[in-house]
Amino acid sequence: MLIKKQTGIEMPSSEITPKHIYLSRRKFITGAAAVAGSALLAACASPGAESPTAVPESKAVDAATAMPADNATAVPIATADELGDPLNTFEEIINYNNYYEFTTDKESVAKLAANYPTSPWQVEVSGFVNKPQVFDLDDLRAFEQEERIYRLRCVEAWSMVIPWMGFPLAKLLDAVEPTADAKFVRFETVLDKANMPGQKSPWFQWPYVEGLRLDEAMHDLTLMATGLYGEELLPQSGAPIRLVVPWKYGFKSIKSIVKIELTDTMPTSLWMASAPNEYGFYANVNPQVNHPRWSQATERRIGEFGRRETLMFNGYAEQVASLYDGMDLRVNF
Amino acid sequence: MDISIATPKGKVNKKRNGRYLRIATHIGALLPLAWLVWQFFQNDLGTDPVRAITLRTGKMTIILLMLSLAVTPLNKLLGWKQIIPLRKPLGLYAFLYVSLHLLTFIWLDYGLNWAFIVDGIFEQPYVLIGFAAYLLLIPLAVTSTKWAMRRLGKNWKRLHKLVYLIGALGVIHFFWLVKVYTRPIMYGSVMALLLLTRLGPVKRQLVRWRRSLQKLRK
Repeated sequence: MLIKKQTGIEMPSSEITPKHIYLSRRKFITGAAAVAGSALLAACASPGAESPTAVPESKAVDAATAMPADNATAVPIATADELGDPLNTFEEIINYNNYYEFTTDKESVAKLAANYPTSPWQVEVSGFVNKPQVFDLDDLRAFEQEERIYRLRCVEAWSMVIPWMGFPLAKLLDAVEPTADAKFVRFETVLDKANMPGQKSPWFQWPYVEGLRLDEAMHDLTLMATGLYGEELLPQSGAPIRLVVPWKYGFKSIKSIVKIELTDTMPTSLWMASAPNEYGFYANVNPQVNHPRWSQATERRIGEFGRRETLMFNGYAEQVASLYDGMDLRVNF
Repeated sequence: MDISIATPKGKVNKKRNGRYLRIATHIGALLPLAWLVWQFFQNDLGTDPVRAITLRTGKMTIILLMLSLAVTPLNKLLGWKQIIPLRKPLGLYAFLYVSLHLLTFIWLDYGLNWAFIVDGIFEQPYVLIGFAAYLLLIPLAVTSTKWAMRRLGKNWKRLHKLVYLIGALGVIHFFWLVKVYTRPIMYGSVMALLLLTRLGPVKRQLVRWRRSLQKLRK
């Protein structure tokens, strides 16, 4: 089984940050000091205890066994986000995925993606940069990895709390040095019709494309995720590297990235091209601006009955609201 | 299903077949519900059981509605008189499933939070359409008894023509909520076909086809 006592998290695969490093790092990660601090304390008080968020008995054996056998599960340090809401379980996170490259059925992605080859991998960064560069997996692992607990709010009005591993996109962008002409960042998912059955679907213009304004991309909350629950990402979660923009609807957080381009014009995302009246460039979580066909005022946290009120910018207003000062968010939805 | 057409053996056979058909209908309509309840208590409905229950009760509603709408044209085309008594239970089971569908929405999904529910119904056109279809279905379910049929006389038939509108609304409800239209198109095409058979010329053509089929058999 996956459960490993927290006392000795040996992680044979050196790609994963050793526990002691991200333990100390967690202090400044969750920002909201008080709550996060107490969560940290609580967790530290009983390092050997079986945390309630420890990976539970596996129902989805398929996905679980797809992982290398020597890859011990690291139990994350905190058990809740900074608002005090508990993490979703590993099982929930890896078995409920919107990844249309494989299928539109959220609960079948894990199985279909199980053997997707994510190594070797390259991310080409180009466009308005002084130092265009191709990053391979080792280059990406060289960025200091940290754990971040973020809420993920899907545009379909469900949500999760996920302990990601990764590094701020800003660090990668700093490495390539955007020029003064760079205004936007355009991301592209791998195009691989042979291994991604969903890309044969005529409904969409593949590959998947997403974009951010440069200041959004440089924001400290914007994460390039390489893992979750202390594990390397599984294919269904967008391995080996994906974007996580926690204040935007989930579809902005593009998976399995192969290209990043700095541009001077606003990129057109796959969803903007497919339904421009429903999906805008910004896609900020906003309970006051409904999707044309459904309400965004409430959401259901996976694992719960009943609903919660959706928070402005998914609860990250304090950190990101200033990015949109003076903008009409109904127009720029 | 054993739908043997009237044979020289005659009435006895027909009657027995009719009974088997009714039993098969009840079992066929209730099994998915039993399976759903079983899975719910086995915690076997996947990562988002609320969504699974919503989708499955909704799907059963549309399927049962389409089956009940298929009875009349099938009889016209193939002369299967034995299936006519199935129309009522099929319709009532559709009502049962759509009631569970709505109950799931207001209880499991929206947690009986009335402010959320009002937002959920009136800010979401697909829900509003579905809700309207549900309201329209209530009088049909209530007047499904023989007594109501006698009382309403000619008006009964008129009232029950509402089911065409309900079927159309049901499919629109489905169309309006998805991001990919493959499945709604499948259901929508079948529903459109069934509704088309209600048009005079199509109806007459069905009868003509039946007659030529009968001749061919001879």
